[in-house]
Amino acid sequence: MNKIILIIKREYLSRVRKKSFIVMTILGPILMAALMMTPILMDNSDTEERSIWICDESGLFVSQFEKSEAVKTTFFSEPILKVKALFQQSEAFALVHIPNSSESTISELESIINVFAHKPISLANRRLISRNIESVIESIKLKNEGLTRDIIEKTRADINLNTIILGESGSEKLGSTEIAMGLSMAGGFLIYMFIFLYGTMVMRGVMEEKTSRIVEIIISSVKPFQLMMGKIIGVALVGFTQFALWILLTFVLSTLATTLLVSPAEINPADLANGTELLLQDVEIPQNGIASILAQLESMNLTLLLATFLFYFVGGYLMYGALFAAVGAAVDSETDTQQFMMPITIPLIFSIIALQTILENPDSSLAFWCSIIPFTSPIVMMGRLPFDPPLWEIGLSMVLLIIGFIFTSWIAGRIYRVGILMYGQKVTYKTLWKWIKQS
Amino acid sequence: MMKVLEVQSVSKSYSNHIALNDVSLSVEEGQIFGLLGPNGAGKTSLIRVINQITMPDEGQVFFNGQKLNHGHIGQIGYLPEERGLYKKMKVGEQALYLAQLKGLSEKEARKALHTWFEKFDITPWWDKKVEELSKGMAQKIQFITTVLHQPKLLIFDEPFSGFDPINANIIKDEILKLKENGTSIIFSTHRMESVEELCDHIALIDKSKKILDGPISEIKEKYKQQIYTVDFSSTELELLNSLPEHLKLIHKNSHKAEIQIVNDSSATELIRFLLDKCDIKGFEEKIPTVNEIFIRTVQGN
Repeated sequence: MNKIILIIKREYLSRVRKKSFIVMTILGPILMAALMMTPILMDNSDTEERSIWICDESGLFVSQFEKSEAVKTTFFSEPILKVKALFQQSEAFALVHIPNSSESTISELESIINVFAHKPISLANRRLISRNIESVIESIKLKNEGLTRDIIEKTRADINLNTIILGESGSEKLGSTEIAMGLSMAGGFLIYMFIFLYGTMVMRGVMEEKTSRIVEIIISSVKPFQLMMGKIIGVALVGFTQFALWILLTFVLSTLATTLLVSPAEINPADLANGTELLLQDVEIPQNGIASILAQLESMNLTLLLATFLFYFVGGYLMYGALFAAVGAAVDSETDTQQFMMPITIPLIFSIIALQTILENPDSSLAFWCSIIPFTSPIVMMGRLPFDPPLWEIGLSMVLLIIGFIFTSWIAGRIYRVGILMYGQKVTYKTLWKWIKQS
Repeated sequence: MMKVLEVQSVSKSYSNHIALNDVSLSVEEGQIFGLLGPNGAGKTSLIRVINQITMPDEGQVFFNGQKLNHGHIGQIGYLPEERGLYKKMKVGEQALYLAQLKGLSEKEARKALHTWFEKFDITPWWDKKVEELSKGMAQKIQFITTVLHQPKLLIFDEPFSGFDPINANIIKDEILKLKENGTSIIFSTHRMESVEELCDHIALIDKSKKILDGPISEIKEKYKQQIYTVDFSSTELELLNSLPEHLKLIHKNSHKAEIQIVNDSSATELIRFLLDKCDIKGFEEKIPTVNEIFIRTVQGN
């Protein structure tokens, strides 16, 4: 037992002290923050005023264009040939040509409007121009039908459904779909990332020991299984350290960046109160805002969610970690890992894809089976948790995950103990099977 | 003499071949035991059984009279043929780690390491990374980590590979010192000259079976072939072409000949026969080298 602690300590310290670890730990959150800030920055950075010329021979569009900070529009009523010649000399960004037309023949315009430019126009600018033209044409069409835009706006409806779960005793509590979905997606994705990042780290570590030929020296002092488990646990601790630092740094950086980059006037109080708002951009925030979010969070039983998340996070990693270690032991070089990585990556990728469909339909049989089978359950069960699956299903899934972990580490241990001492042999699945059977 | 290690009819087979077939041997205290054999004969398999890296299918191993168990790990030191170190780790840290895995406390390990580092005059290496060391330097560190915990039994598999002659001599002297202090050493190598120099006892394994075992002097005695080297003064070696039937010429050059007595007549008779015909400057019985014994037994097997 003392020796396994020594191994864990070495595996942990040798990785945490590496330069690459420190660099990744610092770069990770910067990249994350950058990723989250890009949309905000993009909005702000595009402040350079662009001027667009519009040669409106029909006279229908003048002063109908949406005012925008980024684009300055200039209207011309001269014939296109003349304007085009002027445009050639100018620094204007684009020239839109709207041929002569009348209100009654407006539909014909739709396919004959051209844009002239000095160089290809970005998708965003094309969208801006066509949106403006479309809106004018739409207004004219509405007018032809005897309607105004105001009527259309007035008839719009915006529904925000509050799900209320009826308890058996008649109690009512607020359902938690949006926030919960966001959280469980994030949880599932974190587990997926963790398994992949640190699973491959285990695999590389095993390969390093094998190729540097130190392994025989070590297993003359400790049992191969101890070495394998020590490595898996040591790397897990590295992962926890890195994740914790990432979360901390990301939080600090994004709050810092939000405060610095977005001017105070633009921040609404909800942003400040809840830093996670940025993470949940896709989630539609109910109109009554922060109070509703808090109510939803309360109704979700966060402790239970967090506890189950941690269980699947650790359990999933341990189960796959053993398999990654076995792959590392079986091969001589990184290029040989491909064939054995397949059966490990497929269930993982499958579960992350399944996770998204399961959020749509959390009670389907696909959801049930995927959340029970240990190879997919760590990720998929995360998706089902917010929809209150029956407790026995969670229990069964957890028990099976523990059994799965014991099973994979047994298999992996048997492959490992033979594999680490095999050099220069071509290993196939048949050889692996022989190793497993070997006493 | 006390038996430190006793291997009793150990067999081990893998899915497609037999690695060890009923092998028995015993190593006494303070003995250097040469474990010889051609490539793939089963030496490494036997060494791995002794190190409890693999378990034998049949047979038993005793250490100091007790059945071999994990408690004995701290009393065995093993320098495998395929050896290396963590490249990115610092020398001192790594040596400490390996020593602690053998059961030393950090304090003991540090003290012992400093003594050895001073002895080999390599103290400045302590904070270097292993990848900065040359192959020979790394081998020295490995030697130190193998013997550091003062094991009762040391197993060296090709300990001199990678060393220049000067460093090989330093290591050889250390091995002899360890022997004097009562450590038993199993020494596996293909370099027969170092077997001649170091070993008290040898065992030869071929095709997973032990085919030869005994003290080196006895084995040499047994493998003598009644061959005598004769040093002539004259260059007239005509007589060698007309030897009587019971004498066979094995080899000759301008002034030397090797003559084998094929029947059971004695060496004295050979001298008497030669004295009549020429001047003898030297006469010596030819003792077989371990190398010759190795080749003869393996080819005859």
